[in-house]
Amino acid sequence: MSSDPAHSQPPGHGSASPPGLGPEAHVMVGNADLFVNWARKSSLWYLLFATACCGIELMQAGASRYDMDRFGAVFRATPRQSDLMLVAGTITHKMAERVKRLYDQMPEPKYVIAMGSCANTGGPFYKDSYCVVKGVDLIIPVDVYIPGCPPRPEALIDGIMKLQKIIMQRKNYGAKA
Amino acid sequence: MEAQAIFDTLKGKFGDAVVELQGEGFSPAFVVVAPAAVKEVSRFLKEDPNLSFDVLMCLSGVDYKEKFAVAYHLHSLKQHHVIGLKAMLPRETPSLPTVDDVWPGANFHEREAFDLFGIVFEGSKDLRRILLPEDWEGHPLRKDYKYPDFYHGIKV
Amino acid sequence: MTTRTDALPTQEMTINMGPQHPSTHGVLRVILTTDGEVVTRAVPDMGYLHRGLEKIGERVTYAQYMPFTDRLDYLAAMNCNCAWAWAVEKLAKIEVPERAEYLRVIVCELNRISSHLIAFGSYTADMGAFTPFLYAIREREQVNDLFEMICGNRLTYNYARVGGVSGDAPKGFLEKTKEFLDYFEPKLDEYNNLISYNKIFVHRLANVAVIPAEDAVAYGLTGPNLRGSGVPFDLRKDEPYSVYPKFDFKVCVGTGERGTLGDCFDRYMVRINEMRESIKIVRQAVAQIPDGPVLAKVPRVFKPPVGETYFRSECPRGETGIYLISDGSVNPYRLKIRTGSFVSMNIFEKITRGLMIADIVAVIGSFDIILPEIDR
Repeated sequence: MSSDPAHSQPPGHGSASPPGLGPEAHVMVGNADLFVNWARKSSLWYLLFATACCGIELMQAGASRYDMDRFGAVFRATPRQSDLMLVAGTITHKMAERVKRLYDQMPEPKYVIAMGSCANTGGPFYKDSYCVVKGVDLIIPVDVYIPGCPPRPEALIDGIMKLQKIIMQRKNYGAKA
Repeated sequence: MEAQAIFDTLKGKFGDAVVELQGEGFSPAFVVVAPAAVKEVSRFLKEDPNLSFDVLMCLSGVDYKEKFAVAYHLHSLKQHHVIGLKAMLPRETPSLPTVDDVWPGANFHEREAFDLFGIVFEGSKDLRRILLPEDWEGHPLRKDYKYPDFYHGIKV
Repeated sequence: MTTRTDALPTQEMTINMGPQHPSTHGVLRVILTTDGEVVTRAVPDMGYLHRGLEKIGERVTYAQYMPFTDRLDYLAAMNCNCAWAWAVEKLAKIEVPERAEYLRVIVCELNRISSHLIAFGSYTADMGAFTPFLYAIREREQVNDLFEMICGNRLTYNYARVGGVSGDAPKGFLEKTKEFLDYFEPKLDEYNNLISYNKIFVHRLANVAVIPAEDAVAYGLTGPNLRGSGVPFDLRKDEPYSVYPKFDFKVCVGTGERGTLGDCFDRYMVRINEMRESIKIVRQAVAQIPDGPVLAKVPRVFKPPVGETYFRSECPRGETGIYLISDGSVNPYRLKIRTGSFVSMNIFEKITRGLMIADIVAVIGSFDIILPEIDR
């Protein structure tokens, strides 16, 4: 943290030297929820879990040009290290149990983004297919839905930012938690 | 070789086991053979030097409502010609000999036809469902297939 | 010191790989039986993305099926679009305007480039080199821009129509394409300098999972996987369709330059070289493209004659064959799609016997499989 008081003072937060510590020591006073949520939203590690077409857009959103790392979102290959499950693509009945199991393996707090029409509702396969699950929310709870077939990387990034807003509203401590 | 010439060759060799030639409206033309003779005809098609159909391009099950059929699309890299082979099967007991020892690539196609049509390939080295879960009921590509309501508690 | 091998109980292990695995290129599951680190049996378990595309084909009209072919192989949606259009046109004997055929060839070959770029990028990433992946995506984004210009979408294009294409190339498209080709051609040398002949990379691929030519033919492999084994078979040359006979290009085959003919490295190298040939084709097509309409007159209620047809075309992952049965109604009676990836998986069990576990990833990557093609 900068020692210049003008820079170390985010809006809405008090900054002062506690008695007996001298003018060099700065302490930020705020509520713990804000700090924890801020940390969580800035390191959304998502599970590398591409089932279909949307997986390619997810890949491209994470690579050069769109660079999703800017939002703290990087991929992990294992559910045990992930905070976010981006369901990118069609879920079939054969896959459904595996999705549930992957979700169960993720540590709390965990979030789910349903990316693309297939994960939202079954998409183009809704009417005529005999083995596509009509929306991943039949299996696991979903926080953010991103429409599109497939959504553009901009839409995906917008979805991530929406999720970050949801995370910032979370109450972890205190009577209301 | 032209389809008619291939048909004549097969007819001369296998007689009544070769039923007819489906030429008009079919591209490539199909030689329809009796199901029991599929393996011998296939082996001949592959090993005869003038025919040498060394590639099985595609193997499909078909539901013609009153009958099932298995359609083989063959191609020869050496002779640069193509032909179709077809076997009509009774609806009640759709089964015929496997060709996976003639073209090893047939195995996955046969498993798929078994999975989606319920056609049994006798003597296959490995005949299991390939695309649908093991406990799936019915064979979806049959024309009389009714979509199930639920699978493992999830609405279909 | 005595070794007490008799006292150590050893037994085979069964390891599950997938369906969620970063290197299986989707939801492929492989059940490995291993003796230590050596794979004694690797059985692929597919169907986790089986969406019933063939059944859907029987319930929609010929024109309505076009968007579903996008999702058949989303890395090469243009090729699948055109394959469907060509198959229906063959069935109904529709003449397509020449400009439309040229546009199809241009977008197909551009899509082949972008598909091989993903194959190249993800393969190197599987082998532990992440940087080339970012290079490949950088170039792929430019192809996506071109496609966005011509049809409005980045991944699922729905560009071809029965009888032509949905719209003419917008103003500036052909110039932009030329610019891209000029930019892209030197990049291939950059890739080769960057990773292709990298010692570690070559060691991971050379002499691994060798497929002799006779096996490749017997198992019906097609596309780069067949040509990697040294069989010079390319449908664009050997069973020419569309306007491909007008272009000069060569069929790339594996040469065994770093190991045995038909190993993973050969299959990888065929794809790199094919991108160069695609550049050649697109250059010629852009130079020769005639003026004229881009869509033939096809009735709105389209009913092809009764008949059966099998059309195959060269897609980036091998031959995509469409077996189409028409009963004269507006819907196809039966539709079977034979894809390159599905056939490639058949030989998987045979060639992985005796490899190390890490080599399984190399084999999957060298086949450049894509799951919707396998499962459909």
